[in-house]
Amino acid sequence: MPTVEITPHLYRFFPVLANRTISVPAGSVADVLRAVDALAPGFSDYVLDERGALRRHVNLSLNDTIVIDRETLSDRVPEDATLYIFQALSGG
Amino acid sequence: MSNMILLGTRKGTVIFDRSNSAWNPRPIEHAGIPVCYAARDPRNGILWASLDHGHWGPKLSRSRDDGTTWEDVLSLKYPEGARYIVKYLPTPDFDPEAPEGKPEYKDATVFKIWNLAFGTAGQPGRLYAGTIPGGLFVSDDGGDSWALSRPLWNHESRGGDLFAGEATSKNQWGGTPASIDYGVFEPGIHSIVIDPRDPLHMHVAVSSAGVLETTDGGQTWTGRNRGMLNDYMPNPESEWGHDPHFVTGCPGQPEHLWQQNHCGVFYSSDGALKWNKVSMPDAGVHFGFPIAVDAQDGRTAWVVPARADMARMAIGGGLFVARTMDGGQSWQSFRNGLPQENAYDIVLRHSLDVSGDSLCFGSTTGNVYLSEDRGETWQCLGNNFPPVYSVRFG
Repeated sequence: MPTVEITPHLYRFFPVLANRTISVPAGSVADVLRAVDALAPGFSDYVLDERGALRRHVNLSLNDTIVIDRETLSDRVPEDATLYIFQALSGG
Repeated sequence: MSNMILLGTRKGTVIFDRSNSAWNPRPIEHAGIPVCYAARDPRNGILWASLDHGHWGPKLSRSRDDGTTWEDVLSLKYPEGARYIVKYLPTPDFDPEAPEGKPEYKDATVFKIWNLAFGTAGQPGRLYAGTIPGGLFVSDDGGDSWALSRPLWNHESRGGDLFAGEATSKNQWGGTPASIDYGVFEPGIHSIVIDPRDPLHMHVAVSSAGVLETTDGGQTWTGRNRGMLNDYMPNPESEWGHDPHFVTGCPGQPEHLWQQNHCGVFYSSDGALKWNKVSMPDAGVHFGFPIAVDAQDGRTAWVVPARADMARMAIGGGLFVARTMDGGQSWQSFRNGLPQENAYDIVLRHSLDVSGDSLCFGSTTGNVYLSEDRGETWQCLGNNFPPVYSVRFG
């Protein structure tokens, strides 16, 4: 199963995600985020807007490749991948 | 007399409690998170803060235990199908005479929950929220769920019902610079004035469009900008394109409305059917952001004037508050207790409030001042707060 690594900044709002390995079923990025939201209700609201698109200052990467589809999150997350969720740096 | 002041600041929510006639700030809540508006619902004591997370999107935060604990309220969202006509900041080669192209549409998402308003005592669950990109949201269950006010969203001044299809009229609403931080140039609703006598009667103010009124609970809306003068437009008396910075009303005399506009201070004694410019530039009363009106006397109002408009700072390096008690025919300036040299503060639109004889304001320089004698003398509540975005008595 893929694992999900989340910026520690989000542990403040979702302490249930801290200090654990997050493993969820493979699927699209949208599927993976839905699975994380099931573990931590409200989580997806922090990274996605009401259209389901990635928020402007949030980045996702699959291993070391930035996720391409920020609108519908259709990129596939393979079984052995890690999805990283982190802030997009937008200034000094 | 109010015993609480809430500040929305760049770094969280600051709550002052009044104890033995002293105002004491609590440790900051929402530490590190920008809070663009914070207020207490007078009907039930619930505290609200509008969070403006840089990365994680706008959210409401609610406390049912007087600020001890807070919970996210994530339900304020644009519905499927809500669209708007995209506006862009004019480029240097912008030609106002050029024919307009086909409108460009965008699905609406909340960029900023700019302010909140609480319904009348007869509507215990009713709340309103004004947003960028220009939507008014209504809740009837204490904020658990929210609905977009579609008649206002679909108003002909915005292009008509874009849920249904193409625009049927021209979009007359301009963007607000407050939206540029979000990478857009879209309008925002920052003022919501509810008539305490008749909850179906409301005014909202939009940057940059103007004031609209409903008398049927939001089913229909009418522009109320007659008398407004828009110095920066080819036609200063245009119906739309006005830039109210804040609009407020007198609870005891709801037909008395006040507007601090980009282009001056305006007053209406007939429910905004006609606005009158009551600026007094020689006295410094012209440009600014906030305005407050007495709860009982609709002719009495306060402003914190600033140097217009490319500078946006205190006039002459000294802060003052101006008060009128005659509907803007004359203004009196009060400086006692306020810094008179090396002050460069600007007080934003939600950062002045009145409660009885008390007034409080805060600046983006982190200074907070309180008056308990109707604005005549001031005391400093602190100089090192984060930039202040809102000040509301609780």
